[in-house]
This record gives sequence, structure tokens and C-alpha cells, in this order.
Amino acid sequence: MFHSSKALIRNPRLALAAGIGVAVLLQLGGGWIDPYTTQVVLFAAINVILAVSLNLVMGETGQFSLCHAAFMAVGAYTSALLTGKALPTLLPHLSWTGSSWASQVFFLPVLLVGGSVAALAGLIVGGPSLRLRGDYLAMVTLGFGEIIRVLLQNANFVGGARGMEGILPATNLFWAVGFAVLTVYTMIALVRSTYGRGFQAVRDDEIAAAAMGIDTTRVKVTAFVIGAFFAGVAGGLYAHAVEFISPEGFNFLRSFEIIVMVILGGLGRPVGVAIAAILITLLNEWLRDLSQYRMVVYALIIILFMILRPAETLRPLLSRVLPGRKPAAS
Amino acid sequence: MTSAGTPLLEARNCSLRFGGIAALTDVSLRIDAGELVGLIGPNGAGKTSLFNILTGVYRPTEGEILLEGRPVTGLAPHRINRFGVARTFQNIRLFGSLDVRMNVRTSFIARLRGGLLEVVRRGKTFRSEEREIQEEGRRLLAYFGLEEASILPSRSLPYGDQRRLEIVRALATRPRLLLLDEPAAGMNPTEKEELKQLIARIRAEFSTAILLVEHDMKVVMGICERLVVLDRGALLATGTPAEVRADPKVIAAYLGEEHGEEES
Amino acid sequence: MHEFLQQVINGLSLGAIYALIALGYSMVYGVLKFINFAHGDVLMIGAFAGFYAVPMIHGIFPDPWTTTAAVLIWSMAVCAVLGVVIERLAYRPLRNQPKLAVLITSIGVSLLLSYGGQILFGVNQKAFPDLLPPIRVSLGSSVTISGNHLLVMAVTLLLLVALRETIQRTRFGLALRALSQNRDAAALMGVNSNAVISLTFAVGSALAGAAGVLYAMNIHSIEPLMGTLPGIKAFVAAVLGGIGSMPGAAVGGLLLGLTECLLGGSDLSSYRDAIAFGILILILLVRPSGLFGSSAAEKV
Repeated sequence: MFHSSKALIRNPRLALAAGIGVAVLLQLGGGWIDPYTTQVVLFAAINVILAVSLNLVMGETGQFSLCHAAFMAVGAYTSALLTGKALPTLLPHLSWTGSSWASQVFFLPVLLVGGSVAALAGLIVGGPSLRLRGDYLAMVTLGFGEIIRVLLQNANFVGGARGMEGILPATNLFWAVGFAVLTVYTMIALVRSTYGRGFQAVRDDEIAAAAMGIDTTRVKVTAFVIGAFFAGVAGGLYAHAVEFISPEGFNFLRSFEIIVMVILGGLGRPVGVAIAAILITLLNEWLRDLSQYRMVVYALIIILFMILRPAETLRPLLSRVLPGRKPAAS
Repeated sequence: MTSAGTPLLEARNCSLRFGGIAALTDVSLRIDAGELVGLIGPNGAGKTSLFNILTGVYRPTEGEILLEGRPVTGLAPHRINRFGVARTFQNIRLFGSLDVRMNVRTSFIARLRGGLLEVVRRGKTFRSEEREIQEEGRRLLAYFGLEEASILPSRSLPYGDQRRLEIVRALATRPRLLLLDEPAAGMNPTEKEELKQLIARIRAEFSTAILLVEHDMKVVMGICERLVVLDRGALLATGTPAEVRADPKVIAAYLGEEHGEEES
Repeated sequence: MHEFLQQVINGLSLGAIYALIALGYSMVYGVLKFINFAHGDVLMIGAFAGFYAVPMIHGIFPDPWTTTAAVLIWSMAVCAVLGVVIERLAYRPLRNQPKLAVLITSIGVSLLLSYGGQILFGVNQKAFPDLLPPIRVSLGSSVTISGNHLLVMAVTLLLLVALRETIQRTRFGLALRALSQNRDAAALMGVNSNAVISLTFAVGSALAGAAGVLYAMNIHSIEPLMGTLPGIKAFVAAVLGGIGSMPGAAVGGLLLGLTECLLGGSDLSSYRDAIAFGILILILLVRPSGLFGSSAAEKV
């Protein structure tokens, strides 16, 4: 694994090109794929983006975040506003349907703007709160997530609690799979570099990292902002795939679902996390028929996994995520 | 270059208090470029506290710290490191999940030129930079005899190697002042002898000043040209090993007790 | 002004409930150093336990006050058992695991309880019966205290005093305090940490059970997801007071209840929850150890 690191510094670009190629092929030659399967693939790709980006924050940098879905919401609402209101108003003579060339051409900048606004939200949340550690950080991020949700609920221009309907169905296999591949590539490229070892150094020992000249706050905020950016892109893809978004769809449970993917995939292992994201998407589809039993099965899986999972594989990474060293108040 | 008059590091009347407890009281200290200074004192004398204010882990409650005449009081640890101060830790703090090479490589992060995009793009700057870092890391590890271990997880190293790796990691930040916090702790006599030689070599090869906290008198007396003695948070004495050994205050507070223990 | 006083009374009553829940968080955090996410759902179970027991208990004790007392005790008992079972099955196997593993498990337990509750009790809201006759004590012209408010405050006060005495005077209390200081040292001194932790969960969950019934009596309807919001709010209260601190949890609960009710009466009511979290974030950023907590710096 370590011996191949030299090759890996060059190889990922090849993998990236291959992945994008697959995305193009899926889009052009995927006419035989039925709509249901297409939708599952879209969801899987979106979940891969979400999970792999959260892995940078949680797995690599060791910061527990409970508001990933909120960043997704920011991206979803921003991009939906752009395609639903801003673009048709600015360029009324163009055709704005899901597959029209205009919406496809503008979709990339729309997604990037959605991601950037989410990244900005990440900066606002992460800047002050990443000084906190462990479960306190978890609570602050939970709080920020809820605040964003309440603000959306009260924002009438985006439909308030009812949400936004009739969003342009611009997301297709190319965009979703392409961005999933791009996200995985970016994360691997980032982590497998001297620069990226900074994330892991901060996770392993913040005090030592600072003593080696690493600006630990900056590293953490960077991880948070990058994570939020990709969550925002995923939100944009999601909004334009399901055509309907509401604040409730980005609540704490959604964040938790992403966390579960990261943990099942193995904190700090981007590829494992991507696989876990795909598996959980499929699991969700199978459990869909169970309707109300779905969440119960889900909960049981998590509890059993946490209890039964061989402790040794989890411990080294987890022990830094939430150090339990705070002495009790008297 | 340091001008003759300006010391490399100067701490002026530094005090550190936690609530009502004084960890350091009015401590002044001066280290010149290239010097090897020993910092000694009984347990709880404030040695590690002094390290912590010198490296920015804590901000001194009072007093001032200057590096080559520039005030650095209260700067964050990573800023102080970039001013040329590196340290090791009394309780080893390696990056446990990273292998030996990567532990050293983290020390280069602060000096990286390429930005985030360059890393993701894997551009030319990135590749040449990575090559340089790999090369320098390998050289450092080879110099300290850790080459063989370079792909092992750092936590799997034997204790003495972990201490040495911490020194390598600190040196990789190219310090002009290296603070070693009890590097001989837990070492056997042979390892301690090796460590003494190592410290002498570091000083010569890397042209860095060293401030050494150590309990073992033989190590300190053997290699340091100047000693600083702390007792209960205050400066007790400073001078050559011979002077310090002869100082009645020191004998009373520290050496007597320590020698007594050693002989018993 | 009357409006203001009325909201203060409502706030104190709501805050008392938060205080009861917050105490459970604080006690568990004190000994195990993790946030028990399932605590709010224990409250929900307490409310449902009370709901289903009311007809039977009412048959035995026709007097409304006795009924209420019996329902409270019954719910507390159910929740105490539930708390012990949860700890035994879900948390104890992870005792020496990283805190994150336990935290995530507790989120799993929370989901299991709330969505399991949907299967057991149904998804729809159920009307929680009025246990007490509609008494109103008037203070001045337009400010009144309802029987429910009085009950909440009386029960909270009673339980707080009982808890304080338990922690200060009993062997369990001593062991609990020892464990909060240093689990390893306490174990070396002969404290049976498993027993103490079980008892801590029993007591903390019993308080949540009482809070569940009181909360249900005040909002008049119950449903399986009802525990999440008061659970999170109470956690805010616990942090506000300084998590791990008992008086802190009580004061934090009251402050949060007051803030919420005073804001609830204003134009900001739809932002109420966001404001509660805003407070949490501000406290954590400005004074992470809370009002009564002691700060702890990492030793280098």
C-alpha cells in the first residue's frame, strides 16, 4: 500500500479520466437503463459525493460534524433558485426544460455556485466552531444545521416549510456520476499529498501538529469548507434529480445517514466510504417497501454494527475523533 | 544572521499562572545561537511550563518572549514554529496513524508553496515539491538510522526510536532552536549514551541551538555548556555545570536530593 | 406587563421540565463522558407509559392528585428499567470504545425507540388526558397559574431536592461523584463502576420519565417523535449550565425555558428553536464550560 504511493501520485488523473469517460458513456449509451434504475444510480452517486466529502472532515481530519445535510440544503436551494428563477428571468428567450441545451450548459456553473455558497456557509459555521472539540463540536454543528433548517422554513421566497416544487430535472447520469468520480478523485488526491497529511496530523495530535508549524485551525476550516462545497454540489444534483425540496428533507436524520456511510466505510478510507454509500443507497431502496419498519431496521443495523464491529479496526482512528479526556465538572 | 548582541531567544520576566496557582514566576532566560543549554529542576519546578510558553502552547500571564529581538509573546504555536523553534514532547506525541515517513513529511507542510488547487491538479510545482520533500525526509531518516523503519506505523516503533523520530520530525521544520523535553526518559544507559552523542551531532550538523530538559544529571552535565535551574517556578541559578554544581542553593533544592536518590 | 408575567410563569414551568431532562444528560455525561442521544426518546416512552396506564391507575385511585402521583411513579419506574436495559445492551459493550462509537450507538438507540414507537403506538398524535381538574390560581388580574404549572414546579422541586440529597448523602452519590472525577481511580478504590453506571442510568431515565408525563400533560398530545425536540433543548440547557454540573442543569433548564417563552410571545416565535440553538452556540463559543462547569485544558 505504501510502496505504491509514488505511482499513486501520478495515477489518479488516469482514474479520473476513466471515471468521467464512464459517466459520458452512461449518459450517451445508457438509453436501455430503466428510469427506476437510473434514479437509484443518481441517488447512489449523490450519496457517494456526500459521504466522501464528509469523510474528509470526519475521517481524515477527525472533526465530528452533524450538519452535512444542511450544507447540502444550501447547495440545493441555491441551485434551485438559480435554475428556477434567476436564469429564466435573465435569459427568458432560452428554453428551460430539464434536457434543453441551455439548462445543461448552465448546469455546471449552477452546481459550482451552489457548492460555493455551501462552502461559504461552511466557512461561517466552521470558522468559529472548530476551536471546539469532540461532542461539543457535534452539538454546535447540530445546532447550526437546525438553524439553517428553521431559516429555510421561514423563508417564504423558497416556499417555507412547504418547500420548492417543479425544479428543473437537469440532473442526469453524466452529471451525477461525473461529480461522484470527481469528488472521490479530489479527496484521494488531496489526502495522498504532503499537504493532505496535515488533515491526518491534526486528527492524530493537534498539539503536535501545531508544534510542527501546521496552522491547525486553518486545516480544520479548510477540510470543513471543502466538505461543505461538495455537499452543496450534491444538494444541487439532488434538487434537480427529485424536482422537489423541502427543509425537512435536510434534517438531522439526513446528516446522520451520511455519518453512518462514513463509519461503515471506515473512517479515513475514501474508497471504502464510497462503497458504503452505494450499499446504503441500495439498502434504502430495499427497505423502502418496509415503510415504517425501515428506520427501525436501519437503527438496529447501526447499533449492531457498532457493537459487533471488530474494535481494533475502529479504535486508532476513532480515538482521536472524540477524545473522552475532559475531566468532569465537580 | 544573528547580530552579536541579539540573543536567539530571550524570555523577559515571564510568569504563568493558572487561576491562583503560579507555574512560573518572573523567569528570565537567554539563549544564543548554537548554544546547548540544559534546563533542570525538581519535579514540578516548571520546566515543561517554560517550554509551553516558549512554544506558544500557553501565553505567559506576564512577561515577554523575543526571538532574535522580535516579540513573539502569545503567538500561536505554529507561528512560533515558523520563527524557528521546534520541540519534542515529554509524553511522545507522534502522529500514531501515519507511518514514519509521513510523520516527518508533516513538518514540511508549513513551507509548501503550491496551493490546494495545485495539489488536486497534481501540477509541476506539486510534483517537484513532493520529490524534494521525499528526498529530504529520506535523508533525515537515514541520518538518524530510521530509514529501515520508514514505512512502519510510528506507533509500532520501539520506545527509543519513537523518541528519535520525534527529534527528526522537529528537525525537519529546520529550527534554529530545538527544545527537547526529557529525551532520555525511559531509556537504558546504552541508549542514553547514544542520545548524548546524537545531541552533540545534531548541534554540529544542523547548526541549531538546543534547550534540553532532562532529569538525568549525567546526560545534562556531560554535554551542556550552560545550565538553567528552576525551582518551584522560579529561576534558582544559571551558569556552567561546574558553577551550578557548586551553588549551595542548587545543592539544597535539587542536587542534594537527586544525588541522595541516586546513591541509595 | 401581565403578558410578561404570564410568560415568566409559563417559562419557569417549561424550564422545570427541561431541568429534569437536563439532569439526566448531565449525570450520564458525568460518569461516561458521552451525550446520550436517546435520552429524549426515553422521555417519550415515559409519556406513553403514563398514557396507557392512566385508565387502570385511575380505576384504582379515583382522586386526581393521587392518580397523577401514581402515573408519575409508574412512568419513572418504566423509564428507570428502560434506561438500565439500554445501558446494559447498547452502551456497556462499548464501555472501552471511543466516545464517538457510543455517541453513534446512542443515536441508533434514539432512532430505534422513536421509530419502534411509531410501530408500537402508531404514527398519529394521541390526546393525553387531563389528569388534574382545571385549577387556576390567580395572581392579580390576568396572571394565573394552572394546576399543571403548579404540579410541574412542585414535582421538579421535589425531585431536585431528592436528587441532591441522594448525591450528597448516600453511598451511591459518593460513588457517582468519585466516578465522575476519575473512573479508573474510583474502580481502584473499590467502586463497582458497572453498578453505579446502571444506577445512574436508572435515576437519570426516571427523571426523564417524570418529565415525559409532565411534558405530555402540558402539551396535551403525544406522538413517538415527541422526545427529540425537548431532548435537544434540554441538552442545550445542560450545556448552558455546564454539563456534568447538577445545579448547572437545573439553572440552565430554567433559563432556557424562560428565554423560549418570552421569545415565544413575541414576533420571533417561529424562530424559537433556531434561537435556542443560537444560544447554545454562543455559550459554547464564549464560555465552553457553561455557567457552572469547570474548564479543563489539555495537558501537554
